[in-house]
Amino acid sequence: MNDYLSGLSALWEQYDVLGAFWTNIQLTFWGALFALVLGTLLALMRISPIPSLQWVGTLYVNVFRNTPLTIIMTFMVMGVWTALQINLGSDFSTNFFRLAVVGLAVYHAAFVCESIRSGVNTVPIGQAEAARAIGLSFLPAARLIILPQAFRGAIAPLGNTLIALLKNSTVAAAASVSWETSSTMKTMLEFNANYRWEIFGMFAIGFVVLVIPIGLATTWLSRRLAVKR
Amino acid sequence: MDQTTSTTGQPAADEPAGAPTPGRALGAPLVELKHVNKHFGALHVLQDIDLTVRRGEVLVVIGPSGSGKSTLCRAINRLETIDDGTITVDGKELPAEGKALAELRAEVGMVFQSFNLFAHKTVLDNVTLGPRKVRGMNKKDAEELARSLLDRVGVGNQAEKMPAQLSGGQQQRVAIARALAMRPKVMLFDEPTSALDPEMVNEVLDAMVALAQEGMTMIVVTHEMGFARKAADRVVFMADGQIVEEAPPEEFFTAPRSERARDFLSKILTH
Ligand SMILES: Nc1ncnc2c1ncn2[C@@H]1O[C@H](COP(=O)(O)OP(=O)(O)OP(=O)(O)O)[C@@H](O)[C@H]1O
Ligand SMILES: [Mg+2]
Repeated sequence: MNDYLSGLSALWEQYDVLGAFWTNIQLTFWGALFALVLGTLLALMRISPIPSLQWVGTLYVNVFRNTPLTIIMTFMVMGVWTALQINLGSDFSTNFFRLAVVGLAVYHAAFVCESIRSGVNTVPIGQAEAARAIGLSFLPAARLIILPQAFRGAIAPLGNTLIALLKNSTVAAAASVSWETSSTMKTMLEFNANYRWEIFGMFAIGFVVLVIPIGLATTWLSRRLAVKR
Repeated sequence: MDQTTSTTGQPAADEPAGAPTPGRALGAPLVELKHVNKHFGALHVLQDIDLTVRRGEVLVVIGPSGSGKSTLCRAINRLETIDDGTITVDGKELPAEGKALAELRAEVGMVFQSFNLFAHKTVLDNVTLGPRKVRGMNKKDAEELARSLLDRVGVGNQAEKMPAQLSGGQQQRVAIARALAMRPKVMLFDEPTSALDPEMVNEVLDAMVALAQEGMTMIVVTHEMGFARKAADRVVFMADGQIVEEAPPEEFFTAPRSERARDFLSKILTH
């Protein structure tokens, strides 16, 4: 029994499990931030009155939503970095981390866009007409009237996208971010097969602990911020 | 002219030189529709509409459901495009899109059947939004203007509430104040009382009658004959996308000339 516990604590000492989770949290944070900005722009394009912009937005969403994330991540390293020689950082780890953030952002932006569009659908058409009637053109009307209400109606799907993003951040392994959770777990399993259930459990519980609060928070927020009509 | 300056929000500069005396005297043409046509697919909703509304005039548009009254209103504010013909407001033709259109829309106030107050903003913010974001007015002046307009339509004490906390009648009066805050040259009303509980209809009509008496140019789609009799200079009867008859309210309601109008009036009167 003592051997068992000391073996476990040696494992914990040897591998930086918390650091690995911290990496995924950082990937998620930056990925979510850029995905939110890009996704909002895409949603604006899709609801804009300009057909060519609508078309670009639709094309983007359909391409990125339907491409596996692993392929996008691999492309970030093999295509953007190796072939196109685009560096996003001075050292290897910063570079891979940033490439992974871009990969996560461009992929999840498509889902953010569709979440926001579902939020736009909760805003009655009369709100946009009233905004136009007092002389607001498309962008001010979107910024002041449509998007604020759309975001509040889109909190639940945006929360789901954030949860997916957190879990998908493990795919950063495909962009050579080898110090994140799934890669760390694999290494640990390879060298400590006798603790495989404990290792699996540790990482699974870690994600559950991160994901559940996000779900609770978004449910609470979407109720609290719901626009009363 | 004095009466129109501050209260209705019509800038004095818009009055032609030698403006008519206050009261029901009408000025120069303000809204002009010439040969306006509009289709929804195969449906010819506006058929060669010619209509002139003069400054200070109150026009009531009446007609059966589906006759094109809302479309007419919306076309004047270019919430609907038209297929051909011209619509001018104060001599300027409606621009196709962009900033010029937004500017022109700001000069035409619109009140909708379903109020359409901005649901995420307080009553006060609903009214100050246009003056601040479109007219570039500072916060203090905009709030002063908004509070005076809200007082005028009798909802001054509701300024800090959210729209959903107000009754329908109160919401519609806020919507009127919101439109007036842009100091429009003309106000369009599309069945402003038909979504209201009966006991709230009068509070909205009273605000509209007051506005009419102050000299505001108004185009009102409504079946409220009391309002038409009290405030309108002219009634326009529409059916199947056409203007079938135009007459002063008393004449129209007591002795309609067309068969369609007689038929329509007999239906709304028997209810
Ligand atoms: N966006 C649209 N697309 C297709 N048809 C439309 C559209 N809007 C209105 N119509 C049709 O155009 C016709 C005129 O509609 P409009 O709303 O102007 O009538 P209305 O006189 O205001 O009627 P109501 O008294 O019911 O409000 C109707 O037959 C209507 O079904
Ligand atoms: Mg209508």
